[in-house]
Amino acid sequence: MSDFASNINESILQNFPNVTHVLDNYGDHNYFIDKVDIHGVVEFLKNEGFIYLTDLTGSHYPDKENTEFQVVYHIHNLVQNVRFRLKVDLSQNDTHIPTVTDLFAGANWMERETFDFFGIIFDGHPNLTRILNVEDMDYHPMKKEYALEDETRTDKDDTFFGR
Amino acid sequence: MSDLDLQNKKVAAFASTETIDGEIATLNLGPTHPATHGIFQNVLKVDGERILSAEQTVGYIHRAFEKLAERRPYNQITPITDRLNYCSSPINNMGWHMTVEKLIGAEMPKRVDYMRVIVMELARIADHLVCNSVIGVDTGALTGFTYMFQEREKIYDIYEEICGARLTTNVGRIGGFDRDFNKEFITKLRAFIKEFPKKFDEFGSMLERNRIFMDRTIGAGPISAERALSYSFAGPNLRAAGVDYDVRVMKPYSSYQDFDFEIPVGNDGDTYDRFIVRQREIKESLKIIEQALENMPQGAYHADIPSFYLPPKEEVYSSMEALIYHFKIIMGETPIPQGEVYHSVEGGNGELGYYLVSDGGRTPYRLHFRRPCFIYYQAYPEMITGSMLSDAILTMSSMNVIAGELDA
Repeated sequence: MSDFASNINESILQNFPNVTHVLDNYGDHNYFIDKVDIHGVVEFLKNEGFIYLTDLTGSHYPDKENTEFQVVYHIHNLVQNVRFRLKVDLSQNDTHIPTVTDLFAGANWMERETFDFFGIIFDGHPNLTRILNVEDMDYHPMKKEYALEDETRTDKDDTFFGR
Repeated sequence: MSDLDLQNKKVAAFASTETIDGEIATLNLGPTHPATHGIFQNVLKVDGERILSAEQTVGYIHRAFEKLAERRPYNQITPITDRLNYCSSPINNMGWHMTVEKLIGAEMPKRVDYMRVIVMELARIADHLVCNSVIGVDTGALTGFTYMFQEREKIYDIYEEICGARLTTNVGRIGGFDRDFNKEFITKLRAFIKEFPKKFDEFGSMLERNRIFMDRTIGAGPISAERALSYSFAGPNLRAAGVDYDVRVMKPYSSYQDFDFEIPVGNDGDTYDRFIVRQREIKESLKIIEQALENMPQGAYHADIPSFYLPPKEEVYSSMEALIYHFKIIMGETPIPQGEVYHSVEGGNGELGYYLVSDGGRTPYRLHFRRPCFIYYQAYPEMITGSMLSDAILTMSSMNVIAGELDA
């Protein structure tokens, strides 16, 4: 870990006591953050030079009770060339999370896409509507309960394929 | 200040303050309009020819790639990536291979890296050629387009020698290439390197310092570096605004650190700067290809990872081990480690990222594509508000918005 990254790491953990840091096998910095802290952490990082929001997306883990959804941010400091991955776990009973569109204009469509596919509601977003799917769709298709193919199909048997 | 400058200033001041006929009309630009080069809809509010606001609709060719990827074994996802930015498919393919290689921890031989660099830089040239010659078309210069598309054809002929396909290439495998470069490939590539610069310079001299073209493009659809960063712009569009962010330099992959090349940077982030940045990048890409070809290391054209890389067909019929590996790879029975990686490559339009989560199953648990087009196209209304309708067309073509990458 570079000096810069470890300094930032220390001050994040100091300012936000509920944040946990994991350095994974691939050398990426992962931060697990409560949703009440996420806006504060992103703002703090932006002031420390992380001015490039690389990516924002979601994941669905239906088997993990109370943390079924995860919102993942990749945020990059272009001067020091350090990239952090921020993760926020959400329960399926409360999929609200504060928006970061006030900090990054580019978060607008990324958050809309995450809403569209996972149903995560970004509080404070200026226009949280579907983006890639049709407007009158009544479900969020990237959730794991929606199989890719119609499960009632009988003409295709792939029992022996894969695990 | 010359008379002409003064006159231009007066016109600009008039256009930004006066209403033209006071009547606001709604205009549908797209979804299918020849000038949008793809399926994009923009509902414009216009006063005369001046744009007051724009509202975008995207998703016309959404094909649910991320959902599809959750059901396909890793090697079957490569054809999906072809269809993201279909002007530079090889870069997408290579990016995906490298993401999986990062997940499984495979090291590539130097030769594979260099071969990949050649194919990726050819793709970048093809991508930029399409974009720049189309800017020419949109300003009324059709001739350059016809000549540059002949050159693009030659690049496609070169692709054909390495993978048999032209547009959706599906080139390479996880772990390297399926075959070595053949003689015909080298001959065609050397001929291209020799002949292309001359024709390309001719194209450049037609537009780069052309008074009409410059008047038409300078100041059209500008964006400041600050706003571009806030919108997470990437690639030539970000560099045209003056930020020298290039993944090839910041996080070198596939041995890009071995090559000597420059990152062209613009100033104003307008159509002209985007055009010039792409022009210069084509030259730099040629330089990289030459270096890679000259210094091509000897060795294998694939890594030694039998559980991921298909054995030669002859061995499958004669050796037990090869047959087992072949069967396991085809059936998606290869053990994949658990974990998650983010890997990005410098695509034709900038940082193309792959966020991959594996739970150890035969398919990715979750795969997200960071598609530069999708992210920067949202700045389009901000860039064209207050400008003329014809500038909006130019702005879109110079941003190189590719529908496949936008909608995934």
